Amino acid sequence: MKKAIVTSLSFLISCIMLSQETTDRTKEIDTVITKLDEITIVGRRKLSNYRQEKTLSSLDTYLEKSNRITMIKRGNYAWEPSLNNMNTDRLNITIDGMQIFGACTDRMDPVTSYVDVSNLEKVDVNSGQDGVENAHCIGGGIDLKLPNSKYFDSGLKTSLDIGYETNGNYHVSGIDLEYSKNKFYLSVDGIYRTSDNYDAGGNTEIKYTQFEKYNFSVHTGYKLSEFHTFDANLIYDKANDIGYPALPMDVSLAEATIASIAHTYKSDTKSLKHWETKLYFNTITHVMDDSKRLDVPIRMDMPGWSDTYGLYSKTQFKFNKHDVSFNLNAHYNKSLAEMTMYPNDPSQSEMFMYTWPDVRTLYTGIYAKDEYLVSKKDLLSFSARLGYQLNTINNKIGFQSLKIFYPEINDYKNRFLLSLMANYKLNYTTHDYSFGLGYGQRAPSVSEGYGFFLFNSFDGYDYIGNPTLKNEKSVDVNFSFNYKAKALKLGLETSLFHIKDYIIGAINNNLSPMTIGSNGVRVYNALDYANIFNVFINSNYKLSQKIAFNTSVGYNYGKDSNKNNLPLISPITYLAELNYSISKFNAALELNGNASQTNYSHEYGEDKTPAFAIINLNLGSNFSLKNGQLILKYGVENVLDKNYSTYADWNNISRQGRNFYMNASYIIH
Amino acid sequence: MSKLKLIKMKLKYIIPLIGIALFTACSTDNDDTPINEIENLIKVQDFVSTNHTIELFSETGLLNTGYNTVSLRIKDNTNDHYVETASISWMPMMQMPSMQHSCPKSVISKVQDKNTLYNGFLIFQMTGANGSGWTLKFNYTIDGQDYEIVENISVNQSETQNVTAFLGNDNTKYVLTLIEPKNPQMATNDLVLGLYKMENMMSFPVVKDYSITLDPRMPGMGNHSTPNNTNLNYNNVDQLYHGDLSLTMSGYWVLNLKLLNATNSVLKGEDVTDINTQSSLYLELEF
Repeated sequence: MKKAIVTSLSFLISCIMLSQETTDRTKEIDTVITKLDEITIVGRRKLSNYRQEKTLSSLDTYLEKSNRITMIKRGNYAWEPSLNNMNTDRLNITIDGMQIFGACTDRMDPVTSYVDVSNLEKVDVNSGQDGVENAHCIGGGIDLKLPNSKYFDSGLKTSLDIGYETNGNYHVSGIDLEYSKNKFYLSVDGIYRTSDNYDAGGNTEIKYTQFEKYNFSVHTGYKLSEFHTFDANLIYDKANDIGYPALPMDVSLAEATIASIAHTYKSDTKSLKHWETKLYFNTITHVMDDSKRLDVPIRMDMPGWSDTYGLYSKTQFKFNKHDVSFNLNAHYNKSLAEMTMYPNDPSQSEMFMYTWPDVRTLYTGIYAKDEYLVSKKDLLSFSARLGYQLNTINNKIGFQSLKIFYPEINDYKNRFLLSLMANYKLNYTTHDYSFGLGYGQRAPSVSEGYGFFLFNSFDGYDYIGNPTLKNEKSVDVNFSFNYKAKALKLGLETSLFHIKDYIIGAINNNLSPMTIGSNGVRVYNALDYANIFNVFINSNYKLSQKIAFNTSVGYNYGKDSNKNNLPLISPITYLAELNYSISKFNAALELNGNASQTNYSHEYGEDKTPAFAIINLNLGSNFSLKNGQLILKYGVENVLDKNYSTYADWNNISRQGRNFYMNASYIIH
Repeated sequence: MSKLKLIKMKLKYIIPLIGIALFTACSTDNDDTPINEIENLIKVQDFVSTNHTIELFSETGLLNTGYNTVSLRIKDNTNDHYVETASISWMPMMQMPSMQHSCPKSVISKVQDKNTLYNGFLIFQMTGANGSGWTLKFNYTIDGQDYEIVENISVNQSETQNVTAFLGNDNTKYVLTLIEPKNPQMATNDLVLGLYKMENMMSFPVVKDYSITLDPRMPGMGNHSTPNNTNLNYNNVDQLYHGDLSLTMSGYWVLNLKLLNATNSVLKGEDVTDINTQSSLYLELEF
């Protein structure tokens, strides 16, 4: 602990010194900070036909392009985002501020799998305690933003999308209708994706990588007056027959309905600039089964359900040099999952257990943030979130089952959660700095607190939740620096997390594993602490108006208090990209790779993932037609047909080999 | 006549009538044995003689191998009244080809808060083909006069092994039976076993102060066990063995047991290991 404090302090001091130094050098060229809201955001990627490498790429592929995000893969579908080398339990993943929780006990359905790129406008990625606008987290927040209201009076706009990829015989087709008037708009989109098994490099078919997904969304709004608007949004997402090669089971159904209504007040003149109140509801059904597997030790069904009801009210005030925002929010979640096993001896009766004992989570909290423009070039911001969380176990049988392990527990647990963040930014014409210091807490997730014999095929252990866990606490320090010269842009960003009472599964040799072939039982427990550190260096060099060269290198570190490596910590990553772009055509040649994973966690089922590098070629053409526009995106991924897997691929399942793709979007005005 | 007076007059007759009706109703209840004497019980069979009929009840209407709680009452065939005071004993008997033997049983005692009902338990350690082989004899005394009735009874084979008869290292035959849980839960259940020594073919006294180790396993799921089980110890009050049984899921469970005598030497049963998946002393549960 002491050492960590010293480390963070020395880091903090060196950052300040570094910033001071540069400040002096470039005193004369200060400029006004113009886009305040974008500064805190580590990654804000706008989704558009033009900027995406593949118009119809999955949300997963899209998120993976972000520096800090890696996608943990169990198959070809529903990748789990990891931000700052932390995943779902330590992140706060929301859909436009709405809380939503996966219904799979084995994390086969991260929230991101229930929306489609076509539903979204952009994705806000906030690192560390910057990510607590909607809920508490340790690693950061990912908010999948739905499109804004569109009172454009542009009438009807139709766009058709179609895509094909050779590897896996992957089809996408979609339609998007948008009708916009001054006071009313309606947009409807539907998309269908399907893929067979893909081939890894060297034409090796990876079995159980097929999937099929439908997504349908309606977004409508009515403008009551200049200031008041009402919006409603509905997303229905359904995936069938999803293979998970890294797991012993597949998914026959993953279905979500996500609905919301919102009232928004907007004003340019008064100090109250923005006031949005939203009521929402979402329901998820997730059914795991193994009926397509030829050889399993035992047949089983594992359905799970997660329903969430919530509301938030966000306000934004501007006065003097302050930009103050509040978010008052509450949600209620119901998570239930069960497992039925069919004995190989048909004379025996079915075996059954609740893997999530109908856990109810009631959360209410308030978030406040003040951005204070100290001078034209420096901005100071503070934010805080205070919350109360009540967990209850609603299923009596499930509660009694947990009591086998914890005879003393009650069927409820109260928690108070706190998050604090301070940020300082300096902005000059040629360079800017940002320095942040945060403290945050999070409650254990449903699986961590109440999971019952959840098999993790990564380390091969059965996991049992621990209702007595303390809140996990984190101190994070982050720093970023950007330098802009004429043709050169350089950026550095780094974060350090010191996480106290780090929740992780600890082997308990006294317990007998349930799953056949399991290595043992782990019970969620708290390590004294863990440290996670990452640093990224990005550069962008414009050789000419048309040609640019981008590079990025990332280093990650994660160790626990016993000096053991943490699992799922990325090795050194690098990316080099050569871009050629004119108005009607663009091309990018990309080299993407990882160094070998030397700091792997053997204890958590990892092995040394070898280094790899792949080459992708992405091309885009843009045609103006009489009544619309045609956008083509095409290219080759993994040009050299390399057979590889990354550190984040469960059980080292190889990723896709060479893949030719073509997306066409036709926009009719 | 005013209306009020009329009502008063009517009441004069009506009230006593109601009283009589109520009284009659109550006394009828007293005469006939009330229905709640046999609440939640289903009749197994009647043991009929010229004087009396013994009605035998259980919760399921059946007798099964293992532990059975049975209730009974005696009807006087002459007036159809149930006898309130009797002393009753019983003797179950299994007729084998070469010999006959009895089984562990309790004494028969009057059920508290009931007028005519008696109960006790029988532990059938085995049964014949199609439930055949057992007879049950009642000897009872009413008003100083002794009677006897014997009938064949049908004892069904339970689907799981809820009772076991075995020979211990001490060359003694024992009968071990599951009593609780009757309805196992995914929880920590109270496990109650009865242990009896086969002194001879007819006598099965309770074995006191031994202990029984417990290791529940689920053969259908890798023969895994559960935590926080406790070994069973003898309870002087109910003369049974008590312990905690944790069942993490529903399904078929094997309770692997070891019987230890008062000096802690193993009389029967082995530890479950990777090689030895089941103790030779075990009971089964399925739910």
